[in-house]
Amino acid sequence: MGRYTLRRLLQLVPVFLGTTLIIYYLVWGLSDDPFAGKCGQRECPAPYVATMTARLNLDDPVIVQWLKYLGGLLTGDFGRTFSGNEVSDLIANAAPVSFRLALVAVVVEIVIGITAGLVSGLRGRGYVDSLILVSTLFLISLPVFVTGLVVKQVLGVELGWIRTSVPPDPTILDLFVPGLVLGSLSMAFVARLTRTSLMENSRADFVRTAVAKGLSRRRVVLAHMLRTSLIPVVTFIGTDLGALMGGAVVTEGVFNIRGLGGLVFTGIQRQEQTQVVGVVALLVIIYLVVNLIVDLLYAVLDPRIRYD
Amino acid sequence: MTDAAPLLEVEDLRVEFGKGADTASVLNGVSYRVEAGETLAVLGESGSGKSVTAQTIMGILDTPPGRITGGAVRFKGEELLGADRERRRLLRGESMAMIFQDALSALNPVYTVGAQIAEQFRFRRGMSKKDAMVRAAELLDQVKIPNAKQRVKEYPHQFSGGMRQRAMIAMSLALDPELLIADEPTTALDVTVQAQIMELLDELRRERDMGMILITHDLGVVAEVADRIAVMYAGRIVEEADAATLYAHPAHPYTRGLMASVPRLDSSRGQLDPIPGLPPSLTNIPPGCPFHPRCAHADFRGRAPQSSVSGDRCRTELPLLRVLEDPAAGPEGHRAACHFAEQFVAASPEEVLTP
Repeated sequence: MGRYTLRRLLQLVPVFLGTTLIIYYLVWGLSDDPFAGKCGQRECPAPYVATMTARLNLDDPVIVQWLKYLGGLLTGDFGRTFSGNEVSDLIANAAPVSFRLALVAVVVEIVIGITAGLVSGLRGRGYVDSLILVSTLFLISLPVFVTGLVVKQVLGVELGWIRTSVPPDPTILDLFVPGLVLGSLSMAFVARLTRTSLMENSRADFVRTAVAKGLSRRRVVLAHMLRTSLIPVVTFIGTDLGALMGGAVVTEGVFNIRGLGGLVFTGIQRQEQTQVVGVVALLVIIYLVVNLIVDLLYAVLDPRIRYD
Repeated sequence: MTDAAPLLEVEDLRVEFGKGADTASVLNGVSYRVEAGETLAVLGESGSGKSVTAQTIMGILDTPPGRITGGAVRFKGEELLGADRERRRLLRGESMAMIFQDALSALNPVYTVGAQIAEQFRFRRGMSKKDAMVRAAELLDQVKIPNAKQRVKEYPHQFSGGMRQRAMIAMSLALDPELLIADEPTTALDVTVQAQIMELLDELRRERDMGMILITHDLGVVAEVADRIAVMYAGRIVEEADAATLYAHPAHPYTRGLMASVPRLDSSRGQLDPIPGLPPSLTNIPPGCPFHPRCAHADFRGRAPQSSVSGDRCRTELPLLRVLEDPAAGPEGHRAACHFAEQFVAASPEEVLTP
């Protein structure tokens, strides 16, 4: 496994270089004039343009700009926005919030999703199973912004149980409802995946063997059926974790949470190219690392998979 | 009956699958008994109900779709059908254990072989994980797996087919059962390994004085280890006798058919005689003798001029399992469910009866 991990870590380098180059090119290389509209209706003053051009190496070809940017990244310098904020400061403020939100969402996915899947998978056809199937289908078919707005309207405005806008440095508790909304779609997937996988495994020969050995129902279900059924579920949750970190733009928007998703959104809106590139580069790294962890975890969960 | 209750007694067991018009009568009154230290071989084609009987005995039949509609299963005189679920669970492993056909799918792929054996010591005997693994290694050693201390930590997919079946046997013996049900234990293995596994099973049975039910469709496997043989067809026992008697004077055309379909090196004819046709659909078992559509003898026997019976007795009257007058049979007797069993017993097994 050691050599495999090393090989995978080395593979991350070209993937990271490739993705950042593409992002950098899309953000900087495609616009003719990065100063267009920057200073309202007027042209930007020449000294301002000169300072910025020098700071952002705008006179160099895009590829050279990108290399210089990467050099900065290596020393932890994410660059500065036009308005003068250090991008690294923006990220340092937003990342913990996004991380907490993703954590809440993942916990919701695991606890509610797997429990629902377990209950409906074990009971088989019946009232509970139908209820879970219909409600998960309902969640899957609704876009997150609809779920989010409805939840905010009902729980926040009508009932007044939650604050409609999350405070700047929110606690896990403040993020509970937004996390629920963010995780709802994946939670429904997890429930269905667990259910199907469990039903498939419940007819497996090795489950029959476990019963024939005289093990208790609890042991048969948890150690033999569920343990084996969770392999595809863990893979899904792992991949989803990366998406939850950066893909929470809509949920963050609805509940006014200042996380990474919002940072990308405002960056695009205000044409803060440095901000967009910085955050996206970070998200790429997170995504790659999470994927690597999932692949390694997969081998732990299923001993038939060996990487060496 | 003055004897103590037999180790296992199955009486008139009936099991159905499905509902309404699609109801399949899988078992239609199966009766057999196994004594301690004895091997009963249950022979028959796929779908004859061999495995369903075994699963019903073990209490692992899936209900639904299965449904036990009648009969009794007694273990040392204790009625098991309708017994408390927890009581039945405690009997599994401890009093009766089962070996399955395909050890690769019957073992859980995500746990080590040792852990799966140790599981029984941990959760049925309350042993610590460490002690249980030591016992698991001892068991692997007993079933002659070389290097047991190392292999106990390996996963099923790292074992060869024969070794997996040995591990499966070790697992079934963990709690010292008195009855071992082996459901086609050698079908998935190649011939040389088959013989080794059968030898091992026979040896372990003798050492532990276990009763054994050996389910198979392989007559060669049976000949070497079985004390008694029960032949099943369409959810019924059609013939039962001690092994020597059954081989010497098979009394049911189906048994004779099974024997004729085994390749033999000393056969002068140089070709196999498979039983024509297919086993009957269990949703629609033929009236009369269930075997009559495939029976080479049903026609002429049915209208044999010297016979006093009516023209198509095989098609209309279900032959019951009855004790035959067979002077060569052992103390257990020779039973068969064929209207003309006596005439078959008198003939030699290879003799082809023609009008």
